[in-house]
Amino acid sequence: MYDVTVIGAGVTGSAIARELSKYEYNVLVLEKNSDVCEGTSKANSGIVHAGFDAKPGSMMARMNVRGNQMMEQLSKDLDFSFRRNGSMVLCFDENDLGKLEALLEKGKKNGVPGLRILSKEEAKEMEPNLTDDMAAALFAPTGGIVCPFGLTIAMAENACENGVQFQLNTEVNNVVRRDDSYVLETDRGEIETKIVINAAGVYADRFHNMVSDDKMEIIPRKGEYCLMDKKVGTFVNSTIFQLPTIYGKGVLVTPTVHGNLLAGPTAVDIEDKENTQTTGDGLAELMKKVQISTPGIPLRQTITSFTGLRAHWTEHEFLIKEVEEAPGFIDVAGIESPGLTSAPAIGEYVAELVQGIMPMGKKENFKATRKGIPNVAEASFEERQELIRKNPAYANVICRCEVVTEGEIMDAIHRPLGATTVDGVKRRTRAGMGRCQAGFCAPKTVEILARELGKDVSEITKSGEGSNYLTGYNKEDL
Amino acid sequence: MKIVDIAIIGGGPAGLAAAVAAREEGVQNILIIERDNELGGILNQCIHNGFGLHTFKEELTGPEYAGRYIEKVKEMEIPYLLHTIVIDIADNKVITVMNKEQGMFQIEAKAVILAMGCRERSRGALNIPGYRPAGIYSSGTAQRYVNMEGRMPGRKVVILGSGDIGLIMARRMTLEGAEVKVVAELMPYSGGLKRNIVQCLDDFGIPLKLSHTVVDIKGKKRVEGVTLAKVDENRRPIPGTEEFYECDTLLLSCGLIPENEISSQMGVELNPVTSGPVVNESLETNVEGVFACGNVLHVHDLVDYVSEEAKKAGENAAAYVQGSLKENRRQIPLKGENGVRYTVPCSIDVGRMEEKQVVRFRVGNVYKDKYLCIYYNDECISRKKKRVMAPGEMEQVILLKSKLEEHGDLERITIRLEEA
Amino acid sequence: MEMKQLVCIGCPLGCNLNVTIEDDKTISVTGNTCPRGADYARKEMTDPRRIVTSSVKVTGGHLASVSVKTESDIPKGKIFDCVKALREVELTAPVSIGQIVLENVADTGVNVIATKNIYTDN
Repeated sequence: MYDVTVIGAGVTGSAIARELSKYEYNVLVLEKNSDVCEGTSKANSGIVHAGFDAKPGSMMARMNVRGNQMMEQLSKDLDFSFRRNGSMVLCFDENDLGKLEALLEKGKKNGVPGLRILSKEEAKEMEPNLTDDMAAALFAPTGGIVCPFGLTIAMAENACENGVQFQLNTEVNNVVRRDDSYVLETDRGEIETKIVINAAGVYADRFHNMVSDDKMEIIPRKGEYCLMDKKVGTFVNSTIFQLPTIYGKGVLVTPTVHGNLLAGPTAVDIEDKENTQTTGDGLAELMKKVQISTPGIPLRQTITSFTGLRAHWTEHEFLIKEVEEAPGFIDVAGIESPGLTSAPAIGEYVAELVQGIMPMGKKENFKATRKGIPNVAEASFEERQELIRKNPAYANVICRCEVVTEGEIMDAIHRPLGATTVDGVKRRTRAGMGRCQAGFCAPKTVEILARELGKDVSEITKSGEGSNYLTGYNKEDL
Repeated sequence: MKIVDIAIIGGGPAGLAAAVAAREEGVQNILIIERDNELGGILNQCIHNGFGLHTFKEELTGPEYAGRYIEKVKEMEIPYLLHTIVIDIADNKVITVMNKEQGMFQIEAKAVILAMGCRERSRGALNIPGYRPAGIYSSGTAQRYVNMEGRMPGRKVVILGSGDIGLIMARRMTLEGAEVKVVAELMPYSGGLKRNIVQCLDDFGIPLKLSHTVVDIKGKKRVEGVTLAKVDENRRPIPGTEEFYECDTLLLSCGLIPENEISSQMGVELNPVTSGPVVNESLETNVEGVFACGNVLHVHDLVDYVSEEAKKAGENAAAYVQGSLKENRRQIPLKGENGVRYTVPCSIDVGRMEEKQVVRFRVGNVYKDKYLCIYYNDECISRKKKRVMAPGEMEQVILLKSKLEEHGDLERITIRLEEA
Repeated sequence: MEMKQLVCIGCPLGCNLNVTIEDDKTISVTGNTCPRGADYARKEMTDPRRIVTSSVKVTGGHLASVSVKTESDIPKGKIFDCVKALREVELTAPVSIGQIVLENVADTGVNVIATKNIYTDN
């Protein structure tokens, strides 16, 4: 029997797992996909929000501001990419200046430091590519950007190193309450646990409703994005939001921590919790909207587009608490934006809740830091030489667009919670994330995965069962 | 630091021909740097026939064509590095490279020939909506699997783009046991050679749908099908024309882009039309002593022309290191207009040019019975009727030094299409 | 008298050929820029033939397969028989360009030869 079982290995589940791994709990994380960071956590804006947007006094505001404070140290401890690039909310119409002021006030109430209103001229001096059709902007110096994969994987790996078990490819079908425990019925057998943490993203309502009569609904809110080439990654420096207008909620444009330019997301509420397809209409709308902030945005440099689903709770609030009628079952639901920012704080808070239910001593040998995969592309000449001395595979470039080497890919495979799929390698090393979008390197990555995992190349998948790259040998079907 | 006279970046058809030519001109200290584990470049996976009619007066397959040059390089004992990637070229021509055997090191070159080739336009760059499952490949990736590894990337295939690689892959996949359902082309004409449409599609009854594109990709894990729709004259899908094709694979053959990331990092100016370097009559870029040839310069239709161009680049680089390349005096701009999308070269120094200067270009549309005109300043000096010209085929005109010399006041040369 | 239009596949130029046929016999070909065009049109009307390229398995080489071609063109109708016959062929490295891979493929009288050198893998 486990002390705590977390359903879902997204950024929230991973953050909780890592915080719990500081204690002597026996923790299991269940994930239906073949890797961590496969749902909402892999397809979002990668923004560390300053915290001016959430309603003062709300759980969202509290977690956001705390998460933002934690991010910098965490990025150093766990070695993932994070940059405080600042953010701006553009106000396009003089008549809306009141709304911008209100946002400033809200931010102050939430405890966001350094907020100030910029005149059009000030804003344009900082960001020359902004539209001329603007009135003013709210500037938040604490806004930042983070690699969502880097953050999630770093926390999951660190949790794993500290004794948390991760069981991937396991879908929970039912939650049954026993006297002092819960039984999770999965497609790979039953699991008994004292405490359940529901961090299932867009499916959190499903698990909540299994144990509670007070039904809730999580609506997948679809958002489409365009990612542009590194060539144009400095088009803006800070993250540029739009003040919502009568035409709806705006879209953002931001540099990513890896130097690309990102625009998105659209916001459409849908029913299908697996519908991550991009649409012609969605992309067209996105392209139109983003030009309101930055008319000259080089959309022709798009290298890929993608869709993410936000886990939107009808109350628009983070629901983080023990279900009243189900002691030991903790909901961590409705984790939509600013969920990525909030994740470390949510982890901390949920660990406190678990402590309240079932107190437990701290681990003496908790390992608080984790070293990521070496980054050959960003290493100095000397650092590179040192790496290559240790392992010549660091000199064998597999992904030429992002300069990712065989050595890094081998590391990604052999780490705790190592990659088993091409997408897994991609999210850990960036192999295939560049301008050619894996045209050249995918076959090589497949080959390395097969070799390192002792499999045939035909068994290697893009993202788990059913997503194989190859279908057979030549002439088989003749 | 290792010092070489000429460093050639890329050991494909362009790099090989440039190396052979430079050696024939007497340059001993040449180094070819190749990222793959063998010489020959993309020709190694182009196992179909049709190469070499101009160069060797016989019809060869890609590997055979490459093989001829590889043999020459080996005979001439021209040094080459395999499995070696160029990380960076500084503007003083110091090249940083890495490989597994020797680690990371630097090479100083007196002259550099850029011959890195091109890459394929990806699904992302095409903004094709839908899911992002396994089973979406660029045609070249599929070609590598089928032709070099003997592995099938799919069973039921839809191909978007009727460029030559797409057409050739339609036949290859069919011959190896896959069912190719349709080839869709966004434009109202094919971007590939006519003979490939005959040999690769018509022979096997594979339909070619012009003015069609993919508007949706179905399947979360692996492709389950794609939806095609007809497009209007602005290339926008026409609602109501959607047609679903069940398939497990979508191959993309939607254009090639010269790979010039290293070039631009070292300050080489690029032509936005070709995405290749801006070069003069000597195939020299704006960085002195840096030459470019092959698909990194502009995407060619025939490898024979790549070899021919690369030979010139090799000869000129040799002349440069030997000090016999004439001084750059006055570059006369050369440009295409009115249907002529670009020209290679982009400028000519009459003092430096050979007696005959080949100017290559592509047109922007399918043109029938147009006149191809050459202007010296505002004076039309040549006007030739062309029965048909298409974007898929590279065109050329030849400029004569003797003629150019007669025009001492030449400010610009223009190549354009005109009506009768 | 019947007119047929063909695209010559003899070389990448792809000449548009106009073929005049009478009593199942080709009497004239126009539009060709070289004699190969006329030959192609005559042949295509009576006995269409193709060079077939494919690949066969290799063991012990630097690659797992080697590219091959028919030494000369074979009847169009025999293309699939030719490829099927190659399914059973497995070579051992080294393989050199021009080496016969399969003799008289599908009874066409034409040999299939290797088009690439494969080195022993070591």
